[in-house]
Parts: sequence; structure tokens; C-alpha cells
Amino acid sequence: MGQHGKARWYSLALFFTGLWLPGPLFAEWTPLAEDGLHDPDNPALEVMQNPGDALSRLPRDDAGDVGNKVRWVQALEQGYIEPRTNIFPETKIEVLDLDIIMKHTGSTAYVRFPHKPHTEWLDCSNCHDKIFKMKAGETPLSMLAILSGEYCGRCHGAVAFPLVLCNRCHSVPPDTLENKVNQRQ
Amino acid sequence: MSERHAIPKRIRATALAMLLLGFFALPVFAEYGDVILNHRAEQEGMRPVIYPHWFHRIRFRCKVCHNELGFEMRAGANDITMADIIDGKFCGMCHNGQVAWSVENCDICHSGRKGLKTRIMGGHETGGPGRW
Repeated sequence: MGQHGKARWYSLALFFTGLWLPGPLFAEWTPLAEDGLHDPDNPALEVMQNPGDALSRLPRDDAGDVGNKVRWVQALEQGYIEPRTNIFPETKIEVLDLDIIMKHTGSTAYVRFPHKPHTEWLDCSNCHDKIFKMKAGETPLSMLAILSGEYCGRCHGAVAFPLVLCNRCHSVPPDTLENKVNQRQ
Repeated sequence: MSERHAIPKRIRATALAMLLLGFFALPVFAEYGDVILNHRAEQEGMRPVIYPHWFHRIRFRCKVCHNELGFEMRAGANDITMADIIDGKFCGMCHNGQVAWSVENCDICHSGRKGLKTRIMGGHETGGPGRW
């Protein structure tokens, strides 16, 4: 076979690889049988819900292919979903509307931590006092620890929106001298 | 045969590597927050368990399992046996035929491929320090 023939084979092979590879990469939500985790021979797959069937009906995350591609807090607040708050009738449901502004953020924007959406999903005791001290400013937070799965990283990067979305937490412009000067003008 | 059409060796090798990767490597496109539980399952002759957070959080808030039912918020940190579940603890609090389907539907939970390791399929590694 001459070089022309070989080149044709290579381009043909690359073309078909190209067709095969991006399929799951650009799929909206991967069906369970194709996700690489579930055993495709499991007969129970027939009765199991595929992610796309449910998640496609919820508010889309405008950040693109992050997390479940869903804005979970919006889905809850806007009534797309109505997840149960408790199993035991005597469980006390507490929701706290209190923002904490964290200012030790180096050169990045300050962090606004809103208790409200967090307590809609979680109980106070999930974070306090095991992960976060009750008193604001007493927990030795660092991005290194968070990225290692501690503090906020217990959920963010695992089940809640991932840590590549810096601005969702670092959302308050820092109170720099420059800003103060600009405000006076 | 002119030199112009010869394919450089490096490109040939790359193309071949891409082909092999494409056809033989198994890509994983798990849903964010899927948890693989395989401390015991495969040793006991069952498929690993795949726990989908996305499915459950549509129906229950985090606090139901992570507060009322006592699940630690760390994949693999909960040492759960089938006996616990049948006794109504952990998953068995709901998977009892009343709130949700019961434990005889083994394959719905034990649905993972063989050889999977216990972990959470998150957006980055959240398994603790020493990852760099």
C-alpha cells in the first residue's frame, strides 16, 4: 500500500474516532447504561430513572457543564421540586435568614455566605459545631482546605456547585481604598 | 511516491494512541454527586452500590438523611451492612416498602460495574489532603 492509501486509512480511522468520542462528551445528561459506572447488563436499569428525564425539567445552570447542570437552590425556591423536610414528625425544621460576609480573602472578592438557602437544604447541626464554629470568624478556613474537601468543600465540589465557580461565593467587591476613593467621586 | 505525502512518525504514533484510547479506555460520565459504595458489596458477591444524590435530592432535602438518618457527610464514612438496612436503619428508614421500595429489589442499588472503588464522583477530588 502506498503512502496515499495509508493516509486515507489514517484519516478514515480518525474520522470515526472523532464520531465516537464526542458523543458522551456533548450529551446533555448521560443515560445510566452509558455512564461507565452502572453495569449495562443489569436488568434493573429498565425501571431506573435516567438523569436527563428528571434534570432536564429543572432550572439550567447558566455556567454550562458544571455539577448536575441544574440550579438546585432555584429549583427549590421556585417550586420546581418539593423535597420533604423530614421523616420523623417531631423533627424541628429551622431556616435562618442571615448573611455572613467573610473578608479575609486576600486579593479576591469577599465571600457572602447566605444561611437561608443552606438551611433550606440542611440542618444547623450538619455544619455546627462539627465543621464550622458557631461564632463567625473563628473557623480557620482556607481555600487549600476547602479544595481538599474540608469546610465548604464537604459539599461544594461533591454535591453542591463545584469550586471552579469562584464568583458564586466571592461575590462582594472588596472594600479597598480604591473603591472608597471611587465612591467619593 | 513523493515525500510530501509521508506521514511523520510522531503523528502516526499519536493517531494510533488516540484510536487505542478511544476504543479501549472506558470513559466515565457519571452524574455529579454519584457515590460508589464497595467496601463490602463485591466481597459478598454483589455488584457495588451506586447512590445517586441527584435522584434523592429531588424528593428529600439533605437534612433528612444527613441529620435525621445519621449519614456522615463523607462518602464511604458510613459503615452500613444489609442487616442495618433490614433493621430499618440508614437506607432502611425509607427503603422498607412504605416510603420507598423495599430491600428485595437488590439490583436497583447494587447496580455498579465490577471493580469500582468507594468514592464520590464530584467535580474535583474531595478525598482529603495529599492529592497534589
